Parts: sequence; structure tokens; C-alpha cells
Amino acid sequence: MLSKQQKILLTKALQLGALLVLAFLFALPLVWMVVTSLKPLDETMTSPPKWIPDKIQVSNYSDAVTYGSKELGYIPFLRYAQNSVLLAILCITGSVISNSLVGYAFGCLEWKGKRWLFALTLATMMVPGPILIVPLYKLFRDFGWIGTFRPLWVPTFFGSAFNIFLLRQFFMAIPKELSEAAVLDGASPFGVFLKVIIPLAKPALTVVAVFTFLWSWNDFLGPLLYLTDQRNFTVSLGLQAFQNQHTGTPWNLLMAASLMVIAPVIVVYFVAQKAFVQGISTTGLK
Amino acid sequence: MRSNRQNVIGLLFASPWILGMGIFLFYPVISSLYFSFTSYSILKPPVWIGLSNYQELMHDEIFLKALSNTLIICAASVPLTTALAICLALLLNTKRKGISLYRTLFYIPSLVPTVALAVLWLWIFNGQYGLLNEGLSKFGIKAVPWLTDPSWAKATLIMISMWGCGNAMVIYLAGLQDVPQSLYEAGELDGASAWQKTKSITLPMISPVIQFNVIMGIIGSLQTFALPFVMFPGGQPARSTYVVAMYLYDNAFLYQRMGYASAMGWVLFLATMILSLVSLRLGDRHVHYGGGA
Repeated sequence: MLSKQQKILLTKALQLGALLVLAFLFALPLVWMVVTSLKPLDETMTSPPKWIPDKIQVSNYSDAVTYGSKELGYIPFLRYAQNSVLLAILCITGSVISNSLVGYAFGCLEWKGKRWLFALTLATMMVPGPILIVPLYKLFRDFGWIGTFRPLWVPTFFGSAFNIFLLRQFFMAIPKELSEAAVLDGASPFGVFLKVIIPLAKPALTVVAVFTFLWSWNDFLGPLLYLTDQRNFTVSLGLQAFQNQHTGTPWNLLMAASLMVIAPVIVVYFVAQKAFVQGISTTGLK
Repeated sequence: MRSNRQNVIGLLFASPWILGMGIFLFYPVISSLYFSFTSYSILKPPVWIGLSNYQELMHDEIFLKALSNTLIICAASVPLTTALAICLALLLNTKRKGISLYRTLFYIPSLVPTVALAVLWLWIFNGQYGLLNEGLSKFGIKAVPWLTDPSWAKATLIMISMWGCGNAMVIYLAGLQDVPQSLYEAGELDGASAWQKTKSITLPMISPVIQFNVIMGIIGSLQTFALPFVMFPGGQPARSTYVVAMYLYDNAFLYQRMGYASAMGWVLFLATMILSLVSLRLGDRHVHYGGGA
């Protein structure tokens, strides 16, 4: 029989062991991705696999963005990146403006119909994406928007239930006295919104911006449906085209291209780490 | 008393969403319901055909195959992902050095954009040069046809979904930190072991969070599209990875059968509702409310 002290020690050791094994398994694919992206093509196909390339080939990254041939057509990756960045900026702008206005209406103002409209807003989160595919396509086709970026960013200027909910929760927690003091000083509702609420809500607005960026950068179905001209592709769609194009896949270049698609997301994560964790836990729990 | 002015101001602030909800949600949902009762190829106006689409779906072998694929993947990936996410959160909920490093490590895979995720795993699962088969051969296991065998291909998708459990893990971690310390102290006084404390205190206390996550997981899993679409074009091998959303996409944009595709969307919605309600019911027997949060 083990003593209590020994038991605690054993538990701790087992936990640490499990943690290390899991950490290893979770990190392995990403490490392998980086290793592959730095190898010459022939070294990607060795058995046993090489963890440290004989020759580190950084040029894979520049080759990946200019990859292609006369027959197959080039893959203008930098152009795709430009498109994705432009779309992300438009979506973040739209999303931050519209959701904060609507969040303010639900969180801080008193008006007729607010309660049931908010209940309705929450209910719309249940509407499943697949149902909307056909009618939204038709709608954007009627607008003449197929082949343009508009179906991908215009809707963000009209808000989204999830972000409205998130901001409403945050706005409600701002002490009423602050707005009331501003009103006494003669501020209009819009003045209160701009001068009191928005400056205090920066953390929540960051969460909305970060989530919108992730959603827009990651979106695959939207660009697949609405972008018809290859020059308008986003990075996700471009990467899929790259992957699809070849039978003898150049894995080193593909990994380099994929890492370039992942990198901005990781950078945003490290810059806005707090916002991430806070955002996920607020929306997940409360 | 609310004045008229207040009502107008409230409506003005809410107006983007009121418009947006009408244009991008209600109008599409209603027209989708209408299309599902019609024969419709975007080029010609829809023709009413009653329940025909739904009747056809019930006898469409490809649809039934896609539906069963979707349900199998959901039934395997949701419990496995949930279990893994809870384990990770429990392991991270100890006062240990370097926790934030581990948390970052477990969380980052869930951020990887889907297409990059698909490309990465195509490489790792590659039958010839893939890292996984190379690794297994060290243990004397011969090459597994991950991507080319119908049952392994599904397993592949399930494993990938487990790698992305970090998002759920963060939610569980937040839930765990809300469990009052006093409960554990009481447990220790009664001589409870670490496992007993986990089973009788921690899990019941975070059960509402588990239920929430399971339902979100079901909804997300039933709508899966991009990962199988990129990894297994056409649902290869032998349509074993052909999910409902892919068949819906093919019907709408390949075969120009928009009405049929719409009906499919509604059947998927129905399946989502049924499964969510079932897990809500099943969960309510075990979910512990009150205290904690």
C-alpha cells in the first residue's frame, strides 16, 4: 500500500506523462509541416523520413508563391493573399460597425419590441448553413453579384447574431451611471455610444474583430460559390486549386504554401491571445 | 414611460440587423422552403411539384449513403472530441508550470484554416511517403490505406476532428476554473482520491458546459463540408466520405437541381434538430445545474 504522499506524487507523474505525450502528438503534424516545407523535393520522399533536411531550402517559400507552368497556368498566390486581406479588412470593418450599433440597441437602450427581437435574434443562430446555400446564391445572382467580392463582405455590414449577442453582454456590464452622466452633460444617444460605450468596449470589439478575421480568412464555401474568376480567388480557394492541380504533388511547396496561409492566423492569435480566450469563454458559458 | 423618440432611436440603432435578418436570413429560409417543393434549375422559374423531392430523397441511395456517412462521422467524432477536450482541460487545470504554453499548443491546431488542414493531413496520411505509415512501420505495422480504403477514410476524418478539439478545450477550462475550490477541500477532508474528486465533483459541476459543447459539436459536425470536399473529391473512396453537404452542393451546382438540394437542406436541419433534442433530453438526466457558474 502506498502512502498518501506517494499516491499524490504518482498521480502527478502520470498527469505529467500524459500531458507530455499529448503535447508531442499535437505538435508533431505542425513540426512535420515546417520540416517538409524546408526540404528539396527528393528529400520529402525518403524512407525513413528525415527530420533534419540535408539541405535546407528556404526558396520553397518563394517558389510556392510563383508556382506554375505555361501549360497549367501560374498560381498567383500573392494576388490571392491580397484578395484575402482586402476581404478581411472589409469584413472586420462591417462587422465591428454594425454589431456594435446593434449591440448598443439591445444592451443599453430601451425601446418597444426589443425583447422579442432579441429572442428572435438568438433563435436565428439555429438556422443551419446548408439551408441557406441555394437561396443566398439565387439572391446574389439576382443582385448580379456572382463573380464579385460583394456576397462575401456586404452581409457583414448588417450584423450577425453571434457578435450582437457577444457585444450586448459586454455593453450591459458597463455601469449605467457613466451613460447617465454623459446624458446630463447633453450628449445624444449617438454621443453616448461614441464617447462612453465604444472606448470602454475595446476588448470586446477586439474579440469581434478577431473572430471576424478568422471566419473570413478561413471561409471556403463562400469563395467557392461566388468567385468565378481565378484572379479573384482567396488564399483558401487558391490553396485548394494548387493542391488539385498536380498529380505528382510537390509536397514541399504545398506545405510552404499552407504554412503561409496558416501564419497570419497564428500571428493574430499571439497578438490577441487574451481576446481569444476571453471571447471563447464568454460566448461559451454565459 | 418609453417615449416615441426612444423607440425610434432604438430601432435606428438596430436597423442594420433588422434589415440583415430579413434579407440574408428570413427571405432565404422561406424561399428555401418553397424551393424544396419545386423543380428548380436557377435558369428557369421554379415549378411546384409538391412532396416529390422529399419522396425521392427517401429512395435516393446516394442520399441515404451520404446521410449515413454524415451520421457515422458525427456519432464517432463528437464523443471522441468531447472526451479528448475534457481530458486536456483536466490536465491543464492543475497548478503546473508552463500551462499557458501547453494551452497554446493544444489550441493552435483548431485555428488552422480548413484547406490547409486538409493539405497537411493528406500529406501525413499519404499511403506511400506519409509520416504516419512510416511511424507505424517502426512498430512492425504494415502500411494502412488511410485515404484509399472506405472505412479508414472515415476514420481519417474523425482523427482530424480530434486534433481540432482545442476550441472546446478552452471552454471546458473556463468552466473548470468556475468550480468552487471549497468543494474540493470538502472532498479532501472526506479522503477522496483525485479520480473520485474528478468523477463526483468536477464532471457534475461542468456538465452544463459539456452539454452545450456536445450540441454545438453535433450541429457543426452534421454541416461538415470543406474538409471532406478538399481531401476526398467526390467522396472517394467508394463514396465513403460523401457527406450530405457535399451531395447538396453537387445537386445545386453540378446537376442544377436547386429544388432537390433545398429539400436535402431541410432534411439535414431536421436531423440536426432531432439529435440536438435527444442529447438535450439524455443530458438533462445527468446535467447538474446550480452552484458554480
